[in-house]
Amino acid sequence: MVPTAYYIGLSAILFTVGALGVLIRRNSIVIFMSVELMLNAANLAFVAFARAHEAVSGQIFVFFVMTVAAAEVAVGLALIVAIFNTKHSIDVDQLNTMKG
Amino acid sequence: MFLSEAATSAPQFFYLAPWLVLFPVLGLLLNIILGSRLPEKAIGAIASSAAGASLVIAVLQMISLIGHPEGAVVPLVEWIKIGELDIRWAFQVDTLSVTMMLVVSGVGTLIHIYSIGYMHEDVRHNGDPRRYRRFFVYMNLFIAAMMVLVSSDNYLMLFVGWEGVGLCSYLLIGFWFEKGEKGIGNALAAKKAFVTNRIGDFGFVLAALAMFGVFRTFNFAEVFAQAPDVATALPGSILLITLLMLLGVTGKSAQLPLYVWLPDAMAGPTPVSALIHAATMVTAGVYLVARSAPLYVLVPTAQSSVAWVGGLTALFAATIAVAQFDIKKVLAYSTISQLGFMVAAVGMGAFTAGMFHLVTHAFFKALLFLSAGSVILGLESGHHHVEHDPVLKKKLKTAGRHFDPQDMRNMGGLRTRMRTTFWVYLIGALALAGIPPLAGFWSKDEILAEANALVPGVYILLTIAAFFTAFYMGRQILLIFFGDHRSEPAAYASESPPVVIVPLVILAALSVLGGLINLPGLHTFGHWLEHTIKIEAAVQEIHLGEAAAPSGFNLVVAATSTSLALLAILLAWYLYSRRYQELQALPAAKRPDDPLRAILGPVFTGMEHKWWVDELYWAVILNPYIALSRFLADVVDWRFWHDWFHDRVLAAGYQGLSRLLTIQVDTGIIDATANGLGRVTQAIAARLRLIQTGYVRNYALSVVIGVILILGYLVIIIR
Repeated sequence: MVPTAYYIGLSAILFTVGALGVLIRRNSIVIFMSVELMLNAANLAFVAFARAHEAVSGQIFVFFVMTVAAAEVAVGLALIVAIFNTKHSIDVDQLNTMKG
Repeated sequence: MFLSEAATSAPQFFYLAPWLVLFPVLGLLLNIILGSRLPEKAIGAIASSAAGASLVIAVLQMISLIGHPEGAVVPLVEWIKIGELDIRWAFQVDTLSVTMMLVVSGVGTLIHIYSIGYMHEDVRHNGDPRRYRRFFVYMNLFIAAMMVLVSSDNYLMLFVGWEGVGLCSYLLIGFWFEKGEKGIGNALAAKKAFVTNRIGDFGFVLAALAMFGVFRTFNFAEVFAQAPDVATALPGSILLITLLMLLGVTGKSAQLPLYVWLPDAMAGPTPVSALIHAATMVTAGVYLVARSAPLYVLVPTAQSSVAWVGGLTALFAATIAVAQFDIKKVLAYSTISQLGFMVAAVGMGAFTAGMFHLVTHAFFKALLFLSAGSVILGLESGHHHVEHDPVLKKKLKTAGRHFDPQDMRNMGGLRTRMRTTFWVYLIGALALAGIPPLAGFWSKDEILAEANALVPGVYILLTIAAFFTAFYMGRQILLIFFGDHRSEPAAYASESPPVVIVPLVILAALSVLGGLINLPGLHTFGHWLEHTIKIEAAVQEIHLGEAAAPSGFNLVVAATSTSLALLAILLAWYLYSRRYQELQALPAAKRPDDPLRAILGPVFTGMEHKWWVDELYWAVILNPYIALSRFLADVVDWRFWHDWFHDRVLAAGYQGLSRLLTIQVDTGIIDATANGLGRVTQAIAARLRLIQTGYVRNYALSVVIGVILILGYLVIIIR
């Protein structure tokens, strides 16, 4: 059986990749995908602990996270479409009207 | 006496005492509200019946007192209640106050009736018939105030009445305020009376305050009960109170040195002179001393001060009366002199004698004033007659001066033209001169006898004053009624109407019979007052060093004063009947207007000019005072306070200060602070806003860094 630490390590790597993606990439859709990656890293950690502790609650959390992620994607994609309609671009660096 | 038997069954009317004041108030209210629509007769009738109703109440009080001579205190309302000060509005009914009530309402009613006729003529003579109502309103107000004065059971309520009568006196002296010398003479006289009285009242107020300070009460009974103890503990305080009270007495009762207002007060209509300035108000001071007897007997110094003030005033005023030509001025100085007799009597501790003289004097002096009013009316009607007769008018013109109906030099020979007035005047004059058996003889003689026994110095003063009294009354009678008429109006003078004459006859009867209330041997009045003033015997003990019986009557004193009076009348008759006729024969330019002037020369001029006391007061008090006031007003108040202090110091200083505040403090400090704060915020914000790059990733990075920091912290802590 694969030790739980491996899962956690993978989860951490995934999360870091996701976080770096959010910070570095400029394409909104890629950023979105990176966010999904971070969520799924968390999911992986949940299920890994759920299995290690033989408790169901971790798996139930994963379902919630997946549901929220789906909702988030729906809203996020709608936002990206709206932004594209006004800016004709999905580059986040273009969205700097809040610059002080 | 049978009185004690009657005591149980005697009727009691003490509870009616408030009506003594309420009736006159009712009368004056009726006249104020309805008077403008009523005829003169109705106005006079309302006022007279209000006074008459008071008389009825006063008589009922007297009847009640016969059964209950200790009297009663009738509380009406609570008046002032502050801390320990608790003053009721209560009516003190005892033999002393009822005596005053009877005099005030009795003489008052007669004078009201007389005024119905007198004022009818007077308002027409002075040309404003609408003031008829005002006169009676004031008169009723006076009766009410006087009743408050005499019926109070404490010094504060007495002071209310004291000021009330002063106000009425002022209003009535200035009744024809637009008349008199230069159109302001009467107003000035009223002002003089008011201001002079104010000096006296100042003394009264101080006395009352000192009394409260010492006794913690104003109530008569409580003050008198504590007085002996206080006198031993604080002898100076009683002396202070009584002497300050004496100042009040000299103001109200026209004694030296504050008497100067009373002669000028003759500017008021004659009934006012009779009621207020002869019979009642001016005796308030005498009443006050008699009422405060338990205080005065404790301090012989105050007593002798009062006695000497009275004695000196009696003589001083009597000398002035000798040389006056105005019929009312003679009576005015005579009143001052007689008030001096009363004040001297109550000062000596002869309270009965003083009050007795007060009562009889009220009768005959009211009579004399009212008769003088009748004489004036007669001359005015004569003047009217002459003015409207074309032939006689020319004679009047040649006389070349304004006709004064009060100048005795314009009279003469009125005996035949005004018969009743002559007879009542004669009775009044003889009563005043002290000819037995008229009222004045008994009362004046009692004072003289007491003075002889108690204070011989004052006795001598009073005896000389009595001689002068008889002389000036003789002179007046002879000048007015005897000889030939000395002016055309006097030749056509006519007798006054019955409404004027009837009160005169009643007063004449009282002047004849008034002495009966306190005949020597019987001392009815003395026993009557003894219920209220119980210390008389004790005082005489102090003064004489032995228990003396009430001296009352002294044959030597009586014979001396009577023979002096007769001598004075004889002298007057010689001078003003014999010598005067001889003088009339001389050509007008050379003859002196008074035979006494030829004999006494400068002394007569001095008496005629009232010993220049008014001028002295002007020179010593009034002119410096006016100069001081002017200095204070012009220099101190206007130039110093207004021009310099207010304009320069206050206004300019304030302006400078506000300028400093606006420019330096407000713009320099407060505004700068506020603006600086704004500018600092702006500068900080300008730097801070650079953080807001607008790039999502920067925000995300800060979130990540934050999370790492928090987690790192937690990890370290939990370890």
